[in-house]
Amino acid sequence: MAKKLINGNYAAAYGAKLARAEVIAAYPITPQTAIVEQVADFVASGEMKARYVCVESEHSAMAACIAAASAGARTFTATSSQGLLLMHELLHWATGARTPVVMVNVNRAVAPPWSVWADQTDSIAQRDTGWMQFYSESTQEELDTVIMSYKISESPDIMLPSFTTEDAFFLSHTYEPVEIPAQELVDGFLPPFRPEIRLDVDKPRGFGSLSMPHQWYMELRYLIAEAMDRSRKRILEVEKEWKELTGRSYGGLLDEYRTEDADVVLVNAGTAASTIREVIDKLRKEGKKVGLARIRSFRPFPTEEIRALGKHVHTIGVMDRSYTFGDGGAFFTEVKGALYSMKDRPAVKGYVVGVGGRDITMKTVEKLYDNLFKIKSGGLDSEKEWIDLKRPEVA
Amino acid sequence: MIVSRNRNARAGPGSREYDRFNYDDEIPIRGGRRLLEIRFHGRGGQGAVIASTMLASALFDEGKDVQAFPYFGVERRGAPVTAFLRMDDKPLRIRSEISEPDVVVVLDTFLMKYVDVTAGLKPGGVLIVNSSKGPEVYRKNPSLKVATVDATGIAIRHGVGSRTTPIVNTAILGAMVKVLGIVKLESVLRSIRDNVPVKKEENAASAREAYEKVVVG
Amino acid sequence: MSKPIKSYKDLPLAPITYEDTREAFKTGSWRTFKPLVDNSKCKKCWICWKFCPDMSIRILDDGSGIEFDYDHCKGCGICATECPAKCITMVTED
Repeated sequence: MAKKLINGNYAAAYGAKLARAEVIAAYPITPQTAIVEQVADFVASGEMKARYVCVESEHSAMAACIAAASAGARTFTATSSQGLLLMHELLHWATGARTPVVMVNVNRAVAPPWSVWADQTDSIAQRDTGWMQFYSESTQEELDTVIMSYKISESPDIMLPSFTTEDAFFLSHTYEPVEIPAQELVDGFLPPFRPEIRLDVDKPRGFGSLSMPHQWYMELRYLIAEAMDRSRKRILEVEKEWKELTGRSYGGLLDEYRTEDADVVLVNAGTAASTIREVIDKLRKEGKKVGLARIRSFRPFPTEEIRALGKHVHTIGVMDRSYTFGDGGAFFTEVKGALYSMKDRPAVKGYVVGVGGRDITMKTVEKLYDNLFKIKSGGLDSEKEWIDLKRPEVA
Repeated sequence: MIVSRNRNARAGPGSREYDRFNYDDEIPIRGGRRLLEIRFHGRGGQGAVIASTMLASALFDEGKDVQAFPYFGVERRGAPVTAFLRMDDKPLRIRSEISEPDVVVVLDTFLMKYVDVTAGLKPGGVLIVNSSKGPEVYRKNPSLKVATVDATGIAIRHGVGSRTTPIVNTAILGAMVKVLGIVKLESVLRSIRDNVPVKKEENAASAREAYEKVVVG
Repeated sequence: MSKPIKSYKDLPLAPITYEDTREAFKTGSWRTFKPLVDNSKCKKCWICWKFCPDMSIRILDDGSGIEFDYDHCKGCGICATECPAKCITMVTED
């Protein structure tokens, strides 16, 4: 298999191409534009046998994808921050209609003020929509996860849409060596999409419907909840299959690095995880037992994996590259939630880092581990902390 | 899309088996570290980002592990653009911006009024500037190795870009080959020919001339 | 055709209807006024058929006039307004 030097956006485009997406409806937005430009190129040159629909907004893009998926086509779209927020209404629709649309979202800060840089608020804000969401750390992972997403989403007992994310610029525009799997390999892995329920003029049906309180709304939502719960197992199965074919896997729902004997662990999602690994290796040489637990799947949430981690690691720091006002970072609150039922709960602190694209450097990560060691010996200093914030000078 | 030659994965993912290039031949600029960090400064439309990715492509073809990504503000002609390139002897994991580069490359001296291009440049590091003046003009720190090349003049002579906006990135790459010694000129020329949409030979000739004419001080 | 739904286990995957809703729902019960036609005065222009928003007007097989689908006609009166021969009248249901 050949390695090419490509960036995250092109990796996503290759993922859609290899997965043989049939309908792509998308609207450009920095820093996602290259994804749809490359896909449009593939369609125009005939390399991809698909229909590319130029739409007037992201809302229309999702509407077109839902409609195409309802007709039985494999769909793909991509967006970022403002575009994702514009589609929000229809993200709920795709879930309720059980259309397995697959999307790539480039994590970009939300306006105002205008910012095109890395921040996870946009995808975090979609956690209630019922979409599965995966966070990528490298270009290779982006390509592989897009392909795996189709298999997971289209599973007959799942049938839920999903999106994969990549941090703006730190992944979307980063060129690194990527192994592009052969089309035959992906064809063997991913069968064509043939849903049982679809728009069919020979079998006319009504789609969407209306349901009164005494009718079936609550039960239909329950079915979605069950499907999301089942997806935990499916994600692991699909990744196992992918590993057997390519030798690559990414840790399932929670990707752990050197946590087996760790004293303190940082929980994080996205590209900063790579920098954290570098710091871990450096600190381990100095005898410090540090580890990383990377949230790869945020929905479904890795509840069991977090609980298992909390059993042997007693000091956990959770990094959020976003913030949920009035409460705390989303990863922070959900990790705490997962650990709540345990008898001996670990100390958990929330760090708000890298918001609005502020760089997360090795020095920043070392500062966090330092803080965690202080907490381990002296107890929690504060519940949460905004890191590298420009604070007023203390007189 | 940056074109690079397909490189056969020699021993599977995660393995360290690949051709090593000879680090000892290079100018010792990294203080013993294997990781090399280069930061490019240019203005939107000059090709700073493409320069970094063409160089990454050339290094990749020679078997090195590379990572390249840009940092730019609003996307308009003339806006300051920064591009980062990392090279190492193993797959790169650091994903933050380069704040302490080993090498700084400046495609436009006018930028230097507004952007502190040498911020964080390591002592003993290399500064390469597109300028017709000599290296001494830019040596603010005696430990730095400074090189200058009139990439603008070379680009205009080869008809690359226009008189008011010449494309200087290919010439700069030629100068970098000579000064840094981390990549062969043929690899860079091949990368230029693969990635430049028009005037491939003129761009390659620019690189070659800059390779000959760069002044190291 | 639709199986009885007793619990969430009997539901289809997504909210879809199983049967042809045109058969299942007789929306004629929504109307207040109903149209009557005098086919002897009908000019056979079929303007009423073109205008009916509900597809509730059928042109007779022998072309001698029209008939209404009272199962679905909602009594909007557009056919009576548009008919150039004025052979359609709206009457209250009784």
